[in-house]
Amino acid sequence: MWQHVLTIFIASALINNFVFSRYLGLCIFFGVTKRMETAVGMSFTFTAVMLIQAVLNWIIYTYVMIPFHLGFLKIVIFIGTVAAFVQAADTIMKKVAPALYYKLGIYLALIVTNCIILAVPLINADENYTLMESMALGLGSGLGFSLALIIMASIREKLELADVPKSFQGLPISFVLTGLIALAFLGFSGMITL
Amino acid sequence: MSNNVSLWALFKNGIFGENPVFRLALSLCPAVAVTSGVKNGFLMGVAVLFVMTMTNVTVSLLRNFINPKVRIPSYVFITATWVTVIDQVMAAYQRAVYKEMGLYIMLIVAFAIILSRAEMFASKNKLLPSFVDGIGMGLGFLLALVLLGVFREFLGKGSLWGVHILNAKPLLIMIMPAGGFFAVGLMMGWLNWIDRKFFGGTGGGGGGHH
Repeated sequence: MWQHVLTIFIASALINNFVFSRYLGLCIFFGVTKRMETAVGMSFTFTAVMLIQAVLNWIIYTYVMIPFHLGFLKIVIFIGTVAAFVQAADTIMKKVAPALYYKLGIYLALIVTNCIILAVPLINADENYTLMESMALGLGSGLGFSLALIIMASIREKLELADVPKSFQGLPISFVLTGLIALAFLGFSGMITL
Repeated sequence: MSNNVSLWALFKNGIFGENPVFRLALSLCPAVAVTSGVKNGFLMGVAVLFVMTMTNVTVSLLRNFINPKVRIPSYVFITATWVTVIDQVMAAYQRAVYKEMGLYIMLIVAFAIILSRAEMFASKNKLLPSFVDGIGMGLGFLLALVLLGVFREFLGKGSLWGVHILNAKPLLIMIMPAGGFFAVGLMMGWLNWIDRKFFGGTGGGGGGHH
């Protein structure tokens, strides 16, 4: 069983990396990687929220939605949970840890309408994962996303100094770059056969 | 905004002026994910067109009843409802395609473009302009996805809509994950170039919005 959990963890972090092979979270990926500092802040927030959401939604899915046959409402319920959680975290952090709030608060607001947070519980529900497997997927995906953000931020800091053709400045060149990194990540695909 | 001319302008704005994918650079995830073939891109575009239009219409109809303090959660739930509808329809009638891209259909709910049109346009306008805006934006999205689909499927598999045209696979990489990023990047750069060369624009499409 532990071997299976470990497999899911590594597969979700490297082989099925959310950015490079599942193409999720691109808005955030291109939005926050202009500076290293924001990329790191975003990585922490996302990894934490993804892990918590994986657990929270697993509990709701297993103990509420399956017994009452509410599977078809999963989109509405999962996004409701994410929104409620983010609102609660926002309020609690403002009271309990103001310093942390001013550092990470702006990222929290962006999370509600973000596809990668929602994708974790949806994949868990589709695959019928157990609690441990769900946590492995949440944590693995979060760390994989952090890795992607940090790699991209370091490259884009250097890119500032490069002489890019005018039509390609900004997003177009970032897309081409991401494609090159995705090619490199393709090398991981032979590591584990699922 | 009641005469036909401005409605037409609104319609065109979604397709060209503020094309969601290439100009606003919003909701890029599915643009890369599902466009490995024309058919997938087209179906995804249709799903988005439907959700976009219906959300705009619903928000516009309810705009006087929703308390501004809870407007964002309300819009999210309206979108989630319509996404559930299209999700169930696709699951029933397009099984093969749904298996491949069901996750992305469900994730339409988290599209920035839908929420931003509801917030910026439908909540302030009457039914008809909101409807036209939804159709225009949705078609703009559809067009972008089909364009990318044609580009990638032709180069990657030598076929269009599953029909073989070439007997070779010129650039296999185009249907792989990396190729999706290349295709969007090249297309965006190309459109920027056209914009600067022929229309005197700044070519700033996708230049930092998100």
